Amino acid sequence: MPTRNGVTSALGAAAIVLLALTAVLALVVSPAEVNQGDSVRLLYLHVPTAWLALYLSFGVTSLASALYLWPRTRSRFWDMLAGASAEIGVLFLGLTLAVGSIWGRPTWGVWWTWDPRLTSTAVLFVLYLGYLAVRGVPGDQAVTSKRAAVVALAAFVDVPIIHQSVEWWRGQHQAASVLDDSRLLDPQITGTMATTLVVAVVAFTVLYAWLLAHRMRVFDLEHRAGQEDLTAALAERRAEAAELGSAARATP
Amino acid sequence: MFRDAVLVAAKDLRVEARSRVATNQVLPFALLVLVLFAFALGTDRGTLSAAAGGLFWLAVLFSAMLAIQRSFGIEAADDARDALRLSGLDAGGIFLGKAGAIVVQLLLLEVVLGAGIVVLYDVQLHAPLLLIGSTVLATAGLAAAGVAYGMVAAGLRVRETLLPLLVLPALAPLLLAAARVADAALGGTPGLAAPWVRLLAVFTTVYVAFGVVAFGALLEES
Repeated sequence: MPTRNGVTSALGAAAIVLLALTAVLALVVSPAEVNQGDSVRLLYLHVPTAWLALYLSFGVTSLASALYLWPRTRSRFWDMLAGASAEIGVLFLGLTLAVGSIWGRPTWGVWWTWDPRLTSTAVLFVLYLGYLAVRGVPGDQAVTSKRAAVVALAAFVDVPIIHQSVEWWRGQHQAASVLDDSRLLDPQITGTMATTLVVAVVAFTVLYAWLLAHRMRVFDLEHRAGQEDLTAALAERRAEAAELGSAARATP
Repeated sequence: MFRDAVLVAAKDLRVEARSRVATNQVLPFALLVLVLFAFALGTDRGTLSAAAGGLFWLAVLFSAMLAIQRSFGIEAADDARDALRLSGLDAGGIFLGKAGAIVVQLLLLEVVLGAGIVVLYDVQLHAPLLLIGSTVLATAGLAAAGVAYGMVAAGLRVRETLLPLLVLPALAPLLLAAARVADAALGGTPGLAAPWVRLLAVFTTVYVAFGVVAFGALLEES
């Protein structure tokens, strides 16, 4: 894989243009919201990062992990795809939580509430940190790849259970006493606000594709560097052995 | 598969019975955790008895970490892991056996811990059938998830730190459900427990099935 090719260049350029457009739309063109004021502009960052992390990245990681574990489709490509996608997902999920928290402070008056969606997202964040920790374990690549794939699938089956449990947990204590963002966003959004949100989601999706391509390229280069080190070490040992052999022949 | 499971469970329990690590170290640790909660929350009996269900399960969870580490620790010595792999036993059976041995150990631990919360936290036990049933169910789920993740961490240099990071978030729904059932039973309102018992059943079923299917992939490598 070359450092860059037509496709990655085009993706990168498109990402920069779309992100700039998102910034202009979100900060200048779109109006402040009636209830939330200017803090609504944070949602143009919060919603697309959440989409990118929760659905796109972790969806791709789960699918790629399943394909890696399936013996017939096992190849390093799926492993690299799963790892690259998860790294991007964790980064953007961290951003989602941080931006959401900054939005929540003026809107709800607190940095954090034990809302079911927030809580299950936080648990998911830690689950995927665990996944990355397994990938980061030094040692045999094939072993950690397979174990990481199992962890990714376990996280995938665990998510609905986690979500249901926190939903009930909060439901028992109190009904939502503050506005939840789903009601704020879904039905009433129109005009420039809707346009901005759509552009932002597209921009972050393109950004994801660009980051993914480059992260996979770096994985591939790491792998090749490892192989070359091994080849060089082998050649060195062989030369040493040949030297010793000729020295032994010279002094009988 | 089930015959293999019984063989592996019997082996693990025999090792524990002879080494007495579980009774001499894990059990005192669990009781110590109960005392530490009292130090952290104050000795006000109202506070402790109101939180007893959650504290009980937190103590079980921490002790389970030790039991799971131990379960894979005994396979690490003398290359027992390779022997297990070469034994020809069914992978799903090995998973069920190791999980079963942990269930037996944890149930014994829970009996002692249960007595501990009655004595130390001044808790009244109501609805004994619900308590026992839900405890067995939750313990099975805990052991299944624990052994599945234990195998992921087994044999790695960072296993002691990796295992809690992997298992504890995955066990979040189990802790929530088990603690709510315990609260409902101890608080004399067993009617509130129904959805949580269903959740425990789903969690346990999912992880037992996942473990039986995935354990082969985890075992065959390296």
